[in-house]
Amino acid sequence: MSAPGRVVRSGVGRRRVPGIVIGLATLMAVAASLLGGTLVVASGAPFDDAFARQRGAHLSLQFDADAGGPGQLSGTVHAEGVAAASGPFRTATVTPHAGEGVPAWPMTVAGRARPGGAVDAVTLTDGKWAARPGEVVLSAGSAVLPILGKRLTFPGLPGEPELTVVGVARSVTGTADAWVVPAQMAALTAPGGAGGYQMHYRFTEAGTAARITAGREAVTAAVPPGAVSGEQSWLTVKESAEHDTALYVPFLLAFGVLGLVMSVLVVGNVVAATVGTATRRIGILKAVGFTPAQVVRAYVAQALVPAAAGTALGVLTGHLLAVPVLAETEEVYGSTALAVTPWIDAVVVAGALGLVAATAWASAWRAGRLRTVDALAVGRAARPARGRRAARLAGRLPLPRPVGLGLVRPFARPARALATGTAIVFGAAAVTFTVGLGATLGKVMEAKAHDAADVTVEPPPPELGPDGPLPRTGPLADPAEIAAVIDARPGTARHHARATARATVAGVAGVTEVVSFTGDASWGGYTMSDGRWIARPGEAVVPTGFLSATGTRIGDPVTLHGLGDAVTVRIVGEVLDTRNDGMEVFTDAATLPDAAPEASASSVAGDTTHHIALEPGTDAAAYAAALNEKLEPLGVTARAGGDDRQSSMVLTLNALSATLTLMLVAVAALGVLNGVVLDTRERVRELGIHKALGMTPRQTVAMVLASICVTGLVGGAVGVPLGVTLHGLVVPAMGHSAGLNLPESVTDVYLAPQLLGLALGGLVIAAAGALLPAGWAARTRTAVALRTE
Amino acid sequence: MTAPVIELRDVIRRYDDGPPALDDVSLTVRAGESVAVVGPSGSGKSTLLNLVAGLDRPDSGSVTVDGVRVDGLGEAAAARHRRARIGMVFQFFNLLDDLNVTDNVVLPAQLAGMGRREAARRAKELLEVLGVDRHAEAHPSRLSGGERQRVAVARALMNRPPLLLADEPTGALDTASGRDVARLLTELNADGQTVVVVTHDLALARSCTTRTIRLVDGRITADRASDGIDGIDGSGGSGATGGGVDGSDGSGATEGATAAERAR
Repeated sequence: MSAPGRVVRSGVGRRRVPGIVIGLATLMAVAASLLGGTLVVASGAPFDDAFARQRGAHLSLQFDADAGGPGQLSGTVHAEGVAAASGPFRTATVTPHAGEGVPAWPMTVAGRARPGGAVDAVTLTDGKWAARPGEVVLSAGSAVLPILGKRLTFPGLPGEPELTVVGVARSVTGTADAWVVPAQMAALTAPGGAGGYQMHYRFTEAGTAARITAGREAVTAAVPPGAVSGEQSWLTVKESAEHDTALYVPFLLAFGVLGLVMSVLVVGNVVAATVGTATRRIGILKAVGFTPAQVVRAYVAQALVPAAAGTALGVLTGHLLAVPVLAETEEVYGSTALAVTPWIDAVVVAGALGLVAATAWASAWRAGRLRTVDALAVGRAARPARGRRAARLAGRLPLPRPVGLGLVRPFARPARALATGTAIVFGAAAVTFTVGLGATLGKVMEAKAHDAADVTVEPPPPELGPDGPLPRTGPLADPAEIAAVIDARPGTARHHARATARATVAGVAGVTEVVSFTGDASWGGYTMSDGRWIARPGEAVVPTGFLSATGTRIGDPVTLHGLGDAVTVRIVGEVLDTRNDGMEVFTDAATLPDAAPEASASSVAGDTTHHIALEPGTDAAAYAAALNEKLEPLGVTARAGGDDRQSSMVLTLNALSATLTLMLVAVAALGVLNGVVLDTRERVRELGIHKALGMTPRQTVAMVLASICVTGLVGGAVGVPLGVTLHGLVVPAMGHSAGLNLPESVTDVYLAPQLLGLALGGLVIAAAGALLPAGWAARTRTAVALRTE
Repeated sequence: MTAPVIELRDVIRRYDDGPPALDDVSLTVRAGESVAVVGPSGSGKSTLLNLVAGLDRPDSGSVTVDGVRVDGLGEAAAARHRRARIGMVFQFFNLLDDLNVTDNVVLPAQLAGMGRREAARRAKELLEVLGVDRHAEAHPSRLSGGERQRVAVARALMNRPPLLLADEPTGALDTASGRDVARLLTELNADGQTVVVVTHDLALARSCTTRTIRLVDGRITADRASDGIDGIDGSGGSGATGGGVDGSDGSGATEGATAAERAR
């Protein structure tokens, strides 16, 4: 082995603590960056691939059948900026009947002769395309379970047409729930029903919402005002498709940046400190003939060896952590197998090692430039004394002397105290951020669950057969009868009934759930992001997802189809909810028509739940048991507690943030440990003097711990506001990615005592890091220490 | 005869697999004595000092200081024993550079729990007695070698220890300062302070102690009155060791001890 090689090997072997610190810091930075990078790519890739392959529509417009004929719509393809278009396709909202007892949900059906086309080329995933009337192709994501050969009837339509499922297909932007041949459409359009046409456009420029708006204006310029009854931008669909993974991106980005900054700090600090304490060794190396470049290279290599080990472990950790996160992404896109892309591995590994090398180079440069004679003189020449004023002050404080001696230490080595303090700042910030994130996620889940009720009455869940839920047997209870039983029960404070119906909104494919309340539900745990709760029939509150998908705002009216007559409600508030991608409308039961024929018969009554608040002091379990005796004949069951919902995403997020925080705190504590170890080694003679003068081991530990106290307290005091700020930036960004407008009640999670506790966390990190070297200092043999000149 | 302050019985101390640093050493130093331990490098002088100060433990044998078996003490108990009963003076002073003179001197008292005001009063007295009170607020780096050693002596005497151990106290000083420190040790001893000085400087042993012990290869080769040590580094020393130093009855009635008592 060459001489520099031997120096590196002995340096790495002798200095284990700095090596471990560098390795762990790199591990964390690499794991977080790898995970972040993978998710950024994974969240976009499947949609982008499918969108390109299927020539997805940048904009789909729904036109009123009465307002413009097909000829007029065909003219829109020549509008400025339109690169390609397909349509017009006749559309209708229908409610198929798929069997006795199976819930009937409305769906948008489009008449298309073939799946392909210049825009929105629908991919057939099973069976064949509809070739003649009587055949239907269902969307893979359709509310009706898409099984070949299944028969759908339409009892609400004249002549009760019947269709056979012959194929399953998928449109990347979900332009329809089902497709039939154009000739079939006349039979599926109710007289005076919500029939229309849809057009799909691709624009030359479609990267931003403004471009889409411009394109929309261009294509609608030639049609009469009011002809457009609905629209869907590809940006909205993309955002919705990427919700699940996009949620992780801001959060991982924050940890990635924290990790990288921390790595640079730790590596810089460790290498600089190693150089600082090895000055005499450097002098000897130079005296025996090492060139400055060889010295610098030796110290850079000493940092790179543990960094390479940390990087390898970081890649492994990143891949392992990516498994649960990517599994959730795979669920969104079906069977697509996602894995960490090799080029991300390469970029992260090269980036991390490059960063370590650059930082180490900058720190080791001092070693190269050090004059040999000065380096050799280290230890014999008096060091410039710093912090004397602080030392005098501490000597007069009414504190035990070892504590006073420790407290002034940061003033003697301000640069080292700053570096150690920075590590603590990042550790405290990470803990604060994670605590806040956990609290926010908890509040979001609480808000989503709407579980303010003490007791919930619900029908038993339907049994599942091979083709989906089996038809219910036996009559369904009348909600009014159940309400009467609840009213009669002592201990009931208030209650409301909640029923769910399915509707469609013009221009938006898929089902919108309409949740209707009988009775006052304002107490039911619905968290408002904006506006107010419904006060009267005709009003509705909707989640953020609904507002963005339909392009509506508070105060706008919105028309719901598929509930018998079209129902128009006015949006009065924005509620926090992510179920069904936020495609929900909450309204008073009186808003909906009495006779929503297919919906009410098989769906609404079956889905009705009753939510009860009890009088103070009433035992929920006993109340539910007593209530069940009366409810048994009605076929429903009461249970204590509200809706019970758990999210695997929240569990994954909490586990991920806890893991990353633990790693960051470990690195921070190791940063402290490294600083204190160096300090202890540097002060070994001083420790020897103290011990010779009668300092006990406990007093020595107290002195070393006190030496990090000020730094720990200041680090905590700076780190906590930093963590709160980070939470304030990242969490709303995460909410935005997930299609949620988070209200303050969910983001304001920090309480003053909690913040104080977190600030003291800096002290805990400092103490954790200093305890080990304090023990070493206490055990240092005085006789040996005193010989260290 | 005064009570013994130091008693070593059959002490052996060995580092790793090498020859013993101290080989079956027995020794008694009585209150009020002034003893020099001399010998060449590697003879075991520092090992002897470390054992007496409770900084190190023997492999076998016993070390008793002021009636307390220090070889059996734990780290904390040894530290408490040291600060109460032993004052130490070092070759390179071992003053803390970031503390001023007064803060250096009061340190042992503060470690023992004495209040700052009381400790400062005692430090002022000591600095006056030792002639360095005008430097009370200065930092050690501003003082001469001799002045620093005087400050170190003041610090060593802060807790009124029955025993003062000095390890090469003049080793880092010029001749004049060395003489000054030697005179100081003599005066302290004259006031009743028990002093043990480890040195390779026979002139120092002669000038400030009454009894000199010579160590060679871990064994005591001579123990006699300091005014009779002119030929102590010659070959004749080993013969004097046999029965003279190794007083197994613990009485310390050796030739050297008698000489020391005579000198006092």
